[in-house]
Amino acid sequence: MAAEPNGFWRRVLAIDRRWIFVLIGVGTALPLLFPVNLPVTPSPRVQAAYNAIEAVPEGSLVLMSLDYEPDIMAELQPMSIAVLRHCFRRHLKPIILTLYPAGPRLVEMALAIASEAEGKRNYDDYVFLGYKSGNQAVVLGLGENIKGLFPRDFYGAATDTISLMKRANSFADFPLLINLSGSTIADYYIRIGASRYHRPMILGATAVMATDYYPYLSSGQILGLIGGMKGAAEYERLMGIVGDGRRGMDAQSLVHLIVVILVLLGNAALFATGGLKRRVGGGA
Amino acid sequence: MSHDVGTWIAAILTLCVFSFLYRDNPLYRFAEHLFVGASAGYLLAVQYQNVLRPNVIEKLQRGQFLAIIPLVLGILILGRAWERTSGIARWSLAFYVGIYSGIAVPSYLQAQIFAQVADALKPFAPGWGAVSSALVLLGFLSVLAYFFFSAPHKGVHGIAARLGIWFLMVAFGASFGYTVMARVSLLIARMQFLMRDWIGILPGA
Repeated sequence: MAAEPNGFWRRVLAIDRRWIFVLIGVGTALPLLFPVNLPVTPSPRVQAAYNAIEAVPEGSLVLMSLDYEPDIMAELQPMSIAVLRHCFRRHLKPIILTLYPAGPRLVEMALAIASEAEGKRNYDDYVFLGYKSGNQAVVLGLGENIKGLFPRDFYGAATDTISLMKRANSFADFPLLINLSGSTIADYYIRIGASRYHRPMILGATAVMATDYYPYLSSGQILGLIGGMKGAAEYERLMGIVGDGRRGMDAQSLVHLIVVILVLLGNAALFATGGLKRRVGGGA
Repeated sequence: MSHDVGTWIAAILTLCVFSFLYRDNPLYRFAEHLFVGASAGYLLAVQYQNVLRPNVIEKLQRGQFLAIIPLVLGILILGRAWERTSGIARWSLAFYVGIYSGIAVPSYLQAQIFAQVADALKPFAPGWGAVSSALVLLGFLSVLAYFFFSAPHKGVHGIAARLGIWFLMVAFGASFGYTVMARVSLLIARMQFLMRDWIGILPGA
C-alpha cells in the first residue's frame, strides 16, 4: 500500500490545537521550575527611562500614575515595583494615584513590597492619593489643583495636612511624571502633562501598546519607554534586583521559540500540501 | 499548599477559566459569569463612593446647589431607556461632546499631529542616526502616500504607496510580536501564581 503523499505535513496541519496549548503550558512551567537565568540586556528605551529618574534631584517629588487592573498586572506590576524601588533608592518622593477603579489594591501591594525593601514609610516618603474617576478630566485637573482634585488621600487623611503634599500643587511641582499604563490614559498624560505642561515624562506600557508609543520617544515627548514584562525585567536588571519580570524571562524566551517553530512548521506544511494555492485559487 | 482561602478561590477560578482551552464547559461559564457580576457590582460601588457621593450628595449636603446641574444632566442620560424620552438624553450628550471636543482637539493636534510632523521633518541626526532619520521620513511619506485615495495609486504615487504598504507590514509584524509577548506574559504570571502562591513549589517573590 503506497504511503499518502505529504502525509507528515497533512498530519501537522490536522493536529488538534489542544496539543499546542499543552506544549505552551509545559514550555511556560518548566523554565519557572528549573530557571537557567538567561541574560537580560537593557534596551536603550529602558535605559533612558532609568536615566531620567537618575537625573531627578534627591528629595524631589515625582508624580506616578499607575493605571492598570488585575488583567494586565502581569506586565505592569513588576514594572511598578522596580520603578518605585528606584525612586525610593534615589530618595525621591512619589505622589501616587490611579485612574482605574480596581487599581488601588494593586498599588498598595506594589507599595508594600517596594517600601519594605527600601525602608520607606507612608507620608514621610510617599503619598498614595487613591483612585479618581474621570480619566482625561483628572489629568487636566492635575495641571491645575491637585489638592482640590484629591481633598483626601487613599487612607482618608486631608491632603492639605500632609507635609509632602504642601509642595504638590500642580504638574509644575513635579520634575518628572511617571505613567505606567495599560490603556489610552497614557495618551492623556502625553497630550496634557508632557505636551501642554511640558513636563518630562517616562512611560511604562503593556507590550501590546509599546509600538504605538515609539513615535513619542522619537519626538522627545517621552524620555523613556518600558514595554511589557520584558521591559520590567530590563529595569530590574538595571536596578540589580530580581523580581517577577526577570523570573519570567526564561519562560518567555522558551515560549517565543516554540511559537516561532510552530509558525515555521505551519507555513512549511501549508506550502508542502499546496494549501496556499488552494486558498488563493479557491479550489478544493 | 497555601492556607489562604482567597488564594484557593483565585486558583480554582483560574483553573475553571483554563478549562476552556479543552472545550467550553459549565465550570468556565460559572467563572465567566461570576467575573462579570462581581466586576459590575464592584464598579457600581466604586463609582457611587468615588463620583456620586463626593460630587453630588456631599456637595448638596454642604449647600453647594450648583451640583444639581451635573446631576440633572446625568439623570437626563437615563432618558435613553425609554423611547418617548430618549430625545432628551441628547442634551446631556451634546454638552459632553462639546466639552470633550474642546479639551481634546487642541491637545490632540499639539501632541499627536504637530509634534509628530515636526519630528518626522527634523534635520537628520549625525552619523548612523541619519539612516534612522531617513527611514522615519521615508516611512512617514510613503504611508501618507498609501492613505491618499483621491488619486489612483499609479506611477510614482503607486510606487510610494507600495513602499508604504511594506512599512505598514513591518509595523504590524512588530505589533503582533509584542502582542504575542504580552499574552505569554499573562500566562507566565498565572503560572507563577499557581505554582508559587497556591502550590508553593516556586521560590517566593
